[in-house]
Amino acid sequence: MDKMHLLLVLSVALFAIGLLGVIIRRNLLVMLMCMELMLNGVNVSLVAFAQQTGTAVGAVLVFLIFVVAAAEIAIAIPIVLLLVRAKRTLDMDAFTDLKG
Amino acid sequence: MESLLRNADTLLLYLFAASALVGAALMLVLRHPMQVAMALISTMVFLGGVYGLVGVHFIAAFQVLIYVGAVMVFMVYVIMLLDVRDTSFTHRFSSLLVPGIAGIALLLGALVYALWHGIYAPSRAAGSFNLQQFSVAFLSEYWLYFELTSVLLLAAVVAAIAVIKGARKTHG
Repeated sequence: MDKMHLLLVLSVALFAIGLLGVIIRRNLLVMLMCMELMLNGVNVSLVAFAQQTGTAVGAVLVFLIFVVAAAEIAIAIPIVLLLVRAKRTLDMDAFTDLKG
Repeated sequence: MESLLRNADTLLLYLFAASALVGAALMLVLRHPMQVAMALISTMVFLGGVYGLVGVHFIAAFQVLIYVGAVMVFMVYVIMLLDVRDTSFTHRFSSLLVPGIAGIALLLGALVYALWHGIYAPSRAAGSFNLQQFSVAFLSEYWLYFELTSVLLLAAVVAAIAVIKGARKTHG
């Protein structure tokens, strides 16, 4: 297993664990952190492909993902604060108002 | 000595990758959000080490600066702010536990299959790029995306203020 392979396996594993966390965990904040983990997994694969091709475009995309992650957390945290203010809980099972 | 150094490099790479995976796996099982945040921070720091070892040092620096220094500090701050004890602390998993694991196993199988067959081309001794090439390309070829990120950040700030303001209006 060479370096490229290792990075791709790491990227796939991080993305899958992050997605699994978003699906199975009940705590809102933990779900947000698992989304960050998914972004990190994508970053690893971008770095791997940038290293393989020797071009800078992958690294540029990594920087754009940094900014997107910061913007995501800046808008997600106020939403979580509002949800907690409305229901007094962080449990996802409490937020089923749209279920019908 | 030379080969020993190169071996130490590879060994460290494997060690950092394994530690990052352990931190990610811990995120799935730890109970308190603060423990999960610490596991995620360790994962990010180890990923920074991985980036440094494959030669993209500036991404390693920004991984630690932006992710650990800004995003996760914000996250930890909010976890301390929202110290509500509820059922999500004692019951970690939602009712989607079994279908979720089954679905992710399917996805993982498909991705690993794609990795091993066909899509993945073996690395062909790529010439690495340096920081100068990166910054020139970033600010000349991709300047539009650089500007768009500033618009995105501005939109995020305005949206955050609007969300809080709107809530204050409805709650009185």
